[in-house]
Amino acid sequence: MTRLSAIAAALTFIVTAALVSAQSPRQRLGIGTPASPDQIAALDIDVRPDGTGLPAGQGTVAEGAMIYAGKCAACHGPKGEGAAADPLVGAEPKGMAPFGPEYERWRNGRPDVPFTIGNYWPYATTLFDYVRRAMPATAPGTLTADETYGLVAWLLARNEIIASDAVLNAETLPRVRMPARDRFVPDSRKGGSDVK
Amino acid sequence: MASTPRHTEDEPKGLTRRDLLTTTLGAAALTLQGRSTNAQDGPLDTTRRWGRLPNSVGGRSPAENLKRTPSPTSSRTPLQDLHGTITPSDLHYERHHAGVAVVDPQRYRLLVHGMVDRALTFTLEDLKRFPATTRICFLECSGNFGGTREDTTAQELCGLTSQSEWTGVSLSTIFNEVGAQPRATWCLAEGQDAAVMTRSIPIREVLGEAMLAYAQNGEALRPEQGYPVRLLLPGIEGNANVKWLRRLELADQPFMTREETSKYTDPLADGTSRQFSLTMDARSVITSPGYPQTIQRGFVEIRGIAWSGRGVIQRVDVSTDGGRTWKPATLQQPVLPKAHTRFRAEWEWDGRPAEIVSRAVDESGYVQPEMSALRHARGRRTRYHLNAITGWTIAADGRVRFGLQRVNA
Repeated sequence: MTRLSAIAAALTFIVTAALVSAQSPRQRLGIGTPASPDQIAALDIDVRPDGTGLPAGQGTVAEGAMIYAGKCAACHGPKGEGAAADPLVGAEPKGMAPFGPEYERWRNGRPDVPFTIGNYWPYATTLFDYVRRAMPATAPGTLTADETYGLVAWLLARNEIIASDAVLNAETLPRVRMPARDRFVPDSRKGGSDVK
Repeated sequence: MASTPRHTEDEPKGLTRRDLLTTTLGAAALTLQGRSTNAQDGPLDTTRRWGRLPNSVGGRSPAENLKRTPSPTSSRTPLQDLHGTITPSDLHYERHHAGVAVVDPQRYRLLVHGMVDRALTFTLEDLKRFPATTRICFLECSGNFGGTREDTTAQELCGLTSQSEWTGVSLSTIFNEVGAQPRATWCLAEGQDAAVMTRSIPIREVLGEAMLAYAQNGEALRPEQGYPVRLLLPGIEGNANVKWLRRLELADQPFMTREETSKYTDPLADGTSRQFSLTMDARSVITSPGYPQTIQRGFVEIRGIAWSGRGVIQRVDVSTDGGRTWKPATLQQPVLPKAHTRFRAEWEWDGRPAEIVSRAVDESGYVQPEMSALRHARGRRTRYHLNAITGWTIAADGRVRFGLQRVNA
């Protein structure tokens, strides 16, 4: 190798190395342990809007009413009207948000309605996900799949979203369309002079 | 005890550690009883007895009474009592949805799965083996507005913000290790508290700065900050910084959890509701003077903090005439991005009623708005992310009260 070609080769190597280190991600460090399907299944409890993650089982409005009375009413009120914890039931104002110009005309100076499942929650699947992971507050994570389906059925029926004889399961729940489904918009704030 | 040596490394003969502790504590108690704190009495002579010996864990002077104000779901930082930019770890605000989880660090595991080439679990020691990263940033709960009465303190007004130096492993390093797939645009973060808190995080927006933090101000996280590991997203609303982190699941859509649909969303004036309002807009607050202080005529230094989730604080304007005229305050250096920035402004109070107000401007050019402007944009029922201009009224007798009219206007 001539001196010149040696220098050229060295330069090429340096430039290539610099490019590679700038463009390719860090090499794996080999830290961590492969997760088994069982390990994943034990923790993977989330339920998505398309129904992914919903377990087998089912529940009816009537079954939900019994469970609600026993496990939920003490904090949320006998009819879901709210007590120590949030109100859960409120179909009003029908067909509109509990805020905004249309609502203000409807309200016409009367007291505000609370934000509820019926007028504000965009996805029925979120109810299943949240109730199963975090409720009842005195014993979170203890509801069976059937109990959760039943409770969600009762809550949706009380909010006048499903019929009182509806049966909820992994197929029917994702098909429930919530009144507030299309009211949510992505964040358009970008700093600068706009107040949003 | 007559001849206690003043200058010796040796423990004086006949004086036990217990004696020293007792006498020192006795003196402290005496001071706190109040009689000898009368300015006319002057300083107590502390030179005639040894003080307490070195101990294993330090504590505050018993004369300092720094307290968070707890409710069943949160606890607020005493902003009016602090002088720096780092919040002492035991005074960092708390907000959680089902209490503080107690996690055994030996049995801790983080699962990362979903749209990845290899699902992995990591122990705490695993996470600490990765290259570490450190940064200072603020955290703020998006429900951080408590200005509802004239007798509101700075702590009640906005004590759900605090600042720490956080150390951990970059989220991008972990994503590289598991082989995050290009289609993965969202990541579910899940905690192991009794709320099993979950939030969907937009990967592209946060990946540059996100970390899995295991240390706060140089030591392990406090339990109420998510010990042993929390997600840390500089500039992003507190709730998304999931604590007691047990699982990350990568996906191509948000999961639509309760906390990003029915909660933490912003009703707007046009009847729509804004979702994933993650970046905290610029805000400032005067921490002194404030309720319940009474100020004296003459020189007063107006002090406070400002911060923005969009970057550095460019300027803080201070007004002493209720916002008719403004002057830029001095910013304490260094000014860090997405960090509490201390400001100071000198003022000569002439004894006439006044209203002192602060207004932050960040590097994006965003100017902290009045509450009336926020209400105009978001409507009457806006609930979260209230970063409005606030201030304090000063009566002729020097009494300071929260400027309620300004936020109710």
